[in-house]
Amino acid sequence: MELISPTEFAKETVQSVQEYSLLAAQAVANLFRQPHYFADTIQQADLIGFGSLPIIVLTGLSIGAELALNSANTLQRFGSLSLIGQLVSVGMVRELGPIITGLMVAGRNASGMASELGSMVVTEQIDAMRALGTDPMKKLVTPRVVSTTVMLFFLTIISDLLGLFGGAVVSVLLFGLDWHQYWNTAYQALVFQDVFMGLMKPLFFGFIISTIGCYYGMTARGGTQGVGRATTQAVVASSVLILLVDLFITKFLMAVFAYR
Amino acid sequence: MAAPPTAIEQRAPSQPDAAANVVVFDNVSIAFGDKPVLDGISFRLTKGETKAIFGVAGSGKSTILKLALGLLKPDGGHIYVLGDDVTEMREDDLFELRRKVGIVFQESALFDSLTVRENVAFRLLEEGNVSEDEIEKPVREALSFVELENTVDKFPSELSGGMRRRVAIARAIITHPEILLYDSPTGGLDPVTSTTIIQLIVKQRDVYKTSSLLVTHRLQDAFIMATHYFDRKANEMRPLPPGGRSEVPMAFLILRDGKVIFDGDVHELAQSKDEYIKEYIS
Repeated sequence: MELISPTEFAKETVQSVQEYSLLAAQAVANLFRQPHYFADTIQQADLIGFGSLPIIVLTGLSIGAELALNSANTLQRFGSLSLIGQLVSVGMVRELGPIITGLMVAGRNASGMASELGSMVVTEQIDAMRALGTDPMKKLVTPRVVSTTVMLFFLTIISDLLGLFGGAVVSVLLFGLDWHQYWNTAYQALVFQDVFMGLMKPLFFGFIISTIGCYYGMTARGGTQGVGRATTQAVVASSVLILLVDLFITKFLMAVFAYR
Repeated sequence: MAAPPTAIEQRAPSQPDAAANVVVFDNVSIAFGDKPVLDGISFRLTKGETKAIFGVAGSGKSTILKLALGLLKPDGGHIYVLGDDVTEMREDDLFELRRKVGIVFQESALFDSLTVRENVAFRLLEEGNVSEDEIEKPVREALSFVELENTVDKFPSELSGGMRRRVAIARAIITHPEILLYDSPTGGLDPVTSTTIIQLIVKQRDVYKTSSLLVTHRLQDAFIMATHYFDRKANEMRPLPPGGRSEVPMAFLILRDGKVIFDGDVHELAQSKDEYIKEYIS
């Protein structure tokens, strides 16, 4: 492996951040520029949204169930097993639902975007598209950003609901909790701030997943090996960014809502 | 060595010779990292002419085509395509200009998730307001030009290398561009398929009078083009009658170490005293 000087590394890092920022800004700016690719956006929404549904259903159910299972142990010690619905609903809606959905979609779609666009770059298909008078940013990047951001919002809602359902099944079947009591405490525990926070996050996460996936794809170099590298980097970078951004959003919104 | 270009004012778009020179490279330089690839090269492509560009691997032949389309920006110099300075144009304006220029990429660069029909019709579909029925006729015409009408519903992965190049040619010519750029169209193909591709390029040159830049490693391809013409009646390529070589608008350009060392026709090339050129063509 070739060693590079710290100066060179710093320059490359700054340049990457600059290129990523430009791509992200251009993806948003293209929303206000002609032409718009509605058909491509719908197709991507189908691939990203509907295609991710099975893993979101499975992870949502299991995370909710595991959350109930783990918290039940502690709650039982204090004789507060009836609060299990409250714990699962706040945990899923505010934090786990958006994070797990974001990470799952990042793993599935950031890699997909990076490998698809990366393959197009190394086989000159992106150059061919530009040569044929079509802006790849408008045709390929913006539809992916829009559809990922929108679909992640809905996938998160599905994940939250299934998490609550998973928690309910565990609570009722394993701990003999009353079904209505579970849903009642789960519903009553939620306040506007929780729901707002839980639904704001997927909008940021969707934007991160799609722009990072597209950025690594569009800048892929070095043949199939370069595409593989871009794919790995896209998943790692988008996952880490999701966790970091989640921390900042949570802190920021807690400060805004003067959270309890 | 090619003569240095005349002053830029003489070929400005408003000047009389601007219409005759469809592509003008004026003192163009570009480097990738620390490595200079083109070092102040200048040449012109006149209307209706086909210019074959030679050079060893990495000499910047393909770079010239990408520069002409504005896919790359030079570090220095100016490039005029159909009178417009592509080095000064924004990407959005370049899309307009690129509609008048067709390109055949080295590895065809067909969109692998689209069928042959969608690949060939890509430009028409992107321009919008065209129904499926309206694109059928030009697609059939373009595919018939390359004799591949029966492949419309196939995907590029189902075609051979030679067929993919022919589809790429069909995609490039569907809107009847004023300029065609060919990047090693016969590279990696067997001699029979190469001759088929060269015949198509000669047909495009002699039937549609399209100006073109042809990047190639194969000197024999360019010599065939310089010594043959397309007979429309017989629908095939035929050798020029003796003494008729100058009838075809064919020129040669040779690159070495980032500079143009030869720019002229086949007679001048054959008579060149340059040792490198003599070795190159031998």
